[in-house]
Amino acid sequence: MAGRIGFSTSPFRPSFTSHRAAFRNRRPYATGTSQPVTLIPGDGIGPEISTAVQTIFAAAGAPVTWDPVDVTPVRGPDGRMVIPQAAMDSMAKSKIGLKGPLGTPIGKGHQSLNLALRKTFSLYANVRPCKSVVGYETPYKDVDLVTIRENTEGEYSGIEHVIVDGVVQSIKLITEKASRRVAEFAFNFAKTQGRRTVTVVHKANVMKMSDGLFLRCCREVAEENPEVKFQEMYFDTVCLNMVQDPGLFDVLVMPNLYGDIMSDLCAGLVGGLGITPSANIGADGVAIFEAVHGTAPDIAGKDLANPTALLLSGTMMLRHLGHREVAERIEAAAYGTLADGEYRTKDLGGKASCTQYTEEICRRIAS
Amino acid sequence: MSSAASNEPVSPTLVTMIPGDGVGPELMTSVKEVFRGMGVPIEWEEIHISEVSHQSASIDGLQESMSRNKVCLKGPLSYPEEGSEVQSLNMKLRQSLDLFANVVLCKSLEGVESRHSDVDVVVIREQTEGEYSALEHEGVPGVVESLKIITREKSLRIAKFAFDYAMRHGRRKVTAIHKANIMKLTDGLFLESCRSVADLYPRVEFDAMIVDNTCMQLVSNPGQFDIMVTPNLYGNVVDNVAAGLVGGAGVVPGASYGQRFATFEPGARHSFATAMGRNVANPTGMLLAAANLLEHLGLYPDTVAVRRALASVLRDRKVRTKDMGGQATTTDFTKAVINAAL
Repeated sequence: MAGRIGFSTSPFRPSFTSHRAAFRNRRPYATGTSQPVTLIPGDGIGPEISTAVQTIFAAAGAPVTWDPVDVTPVRGPDGRMVIPQAAMDSMAKSKIGLKGPLGTPIGKGHQSLNLALRKTFSLYANVRPCKSVVGYETPYKDVDLVTIRENTEGEYSGIEHVIVDGVVQSIKLITEKASRRVAEFAFNFAKTQGRRTVTVVHKANVMKMSDGLFLRCCREVAEENPEVKFQEMYFDTVCLNMVQDPGLFDVLVMPNLYGDIMSDLCAGLVGGLGITPSANIGADGVAIFEAVHGTAPDIAGKDLANPTALLLSGTMMLRHLGHREVAERIEAAAYGTLADGEYRTKDLGGKASCTQYTEEICRRIAS
Repeated sequence: MSSAASNEPVSPTLVTMIPGDGVGPELMTSVKEVFRGMGVPIEWEEIHISEVSHQSASIDGLQESMSRNKVCLKGPLSYPEEGSEVQSLNMKLRQSLDLFANVVLCKSLEGVESRHSDVDVVVIREQTEGEYSALEHEGVPGVVESLKIITREKSLRIAKFAFDYAMRHGRRKVTAIHKANIMKLTDGLFLESCRSVADLYPRVEFDAMIVDNTCMQLVSNPGQFDIMVTPNLYGNVVDNVAAGLVGGAGVVPGASYGQRFATFEPGARHSFATAMGRNVANPTGMLLAAANLLEHLGLYPDTVAVRRALASVLRDRKVRTKDMGGQATTTDFTKAVINAAL
């Protein structure tokens, strides 16, 4: 149990003075317990960006002990290719994971890692903060929002049938249990992470019973959390307003499909998946933070990769664990480097290598 | 009443008008005044149908009017706060009049500031099936199922509509928007239907894109899109994203087509109840829709006159409603358009 902290912990830890001491002395916390984190480097550029993140975390004195695991599928006892048990065991024990991009295995008989993780750990909420990055300009400058997507049911329940030839139906499933669970997470997140407003995104005007149930659950949880401002908005209205004035939005909570679309729409506003962090929250305190971009096989091993998405996923993890101060330090160094422009990686229009970018961030942390 | 451009008196065409809710009636007033001021030979048969007002015309009454007139100018219809019926009035209208194709024209307008200047997309959305089938039930308390229905027949029909539209309007590409990687059977059927129709139109380019990537692409590089054909829900999403890109619900025209009838309306269908009665709504989208209605009726000189007047007001940038960053009221803008036509 040592070092295990659930998501509902306040960021204001009792040992505040040891925060300051650590900052001054650049060593791990005096109180000692370092959080074990399962690290899945992934494929392609995965290993290099994971190394970059580990280097930066060490420079900042982040209280994390890495447990790297290999998730390359192996042949299981029944002949099917499965995720190695050691990887799953590590995750079950540490409960906190940081994951790089994974290549999709080709061919049948492979168990999708994402699906395996989601099912094993009941990953029910996908959280994606989207923030405008100074130094990587898009037409949208004032974005600072978080999308929270219910990730277990809704339109992606996978229940489809052919009724008769040429007529197909797909079932969207909404349950009170799952809706309540993600709503509670959203309000808790808003409170612990200092966000002011939670907006539920829905289409209950059209899907009266299903989205109606989701909406009702959010309303109930809102009443239990009066300190957080609560708003309701139709999905299409959010889309219309999001591309005109994204500064209107703070935390958004919604069912699966809308969340999928909205999180990608918002990532597009700030510059795409290359710099966007993401987290998957599961039952029992499990949280897996991941970069959602691809493996970029064409630049793998050439020291050209951009570790920002994985790094910001890592700082998101630190905030989740209650280490807001360390997270802010790392983020300030990263955003400062990006804003400055001299050490930007190729995908952001710069000339720096992954190593140079990493070193610059470490230099800023130390100064 | 004589036509604006010719000297011969033209007997007016009777067109059904549904003022709608929220700012609908004000936008309709704008159209009526512009047409009257410009001598456009249209007479309106108003049908006040609504789901939120106490006295509403019946769907039968509307059907009867449409059977005679065939063409309608329609304002937005509000959804009731707590609706008891599973199917909304909007859905009932679309299905009873079989208005299966919703066409929304999102084009960057000179004089309307926005972050992107190269947008010119046409979103063609199937709007009678899909996620809006109104088939929901709660099998066990706290567990609700909602059915999304996709049929080959309707998918082929909307695909053919999209490609015919491309041919008729000289557009070069149709992109099918889907999520068939997850919804393999339903969106898979939609995609397969689009592909089979695409084969019949070798002069029109065809490709497909997943809906979440589509939204990401729209906000970063909207110039890559031409015509987008979509099932019901994704069309709703893409319509609104694209409308936002060119300046919002106030500047985008749309239309709904069926075998027998055509309805011209704002592209992004929001009633903006909060702005109701405050004389602040932007009538540009509705006026553009009304001009498209004139074109549909074959009244080409009047179509050009209305479009020209509207374009000059926008280009001048002197009279701008709130959504365009100005202070002008709806009536100010209407007057400016009429003056520009003189």
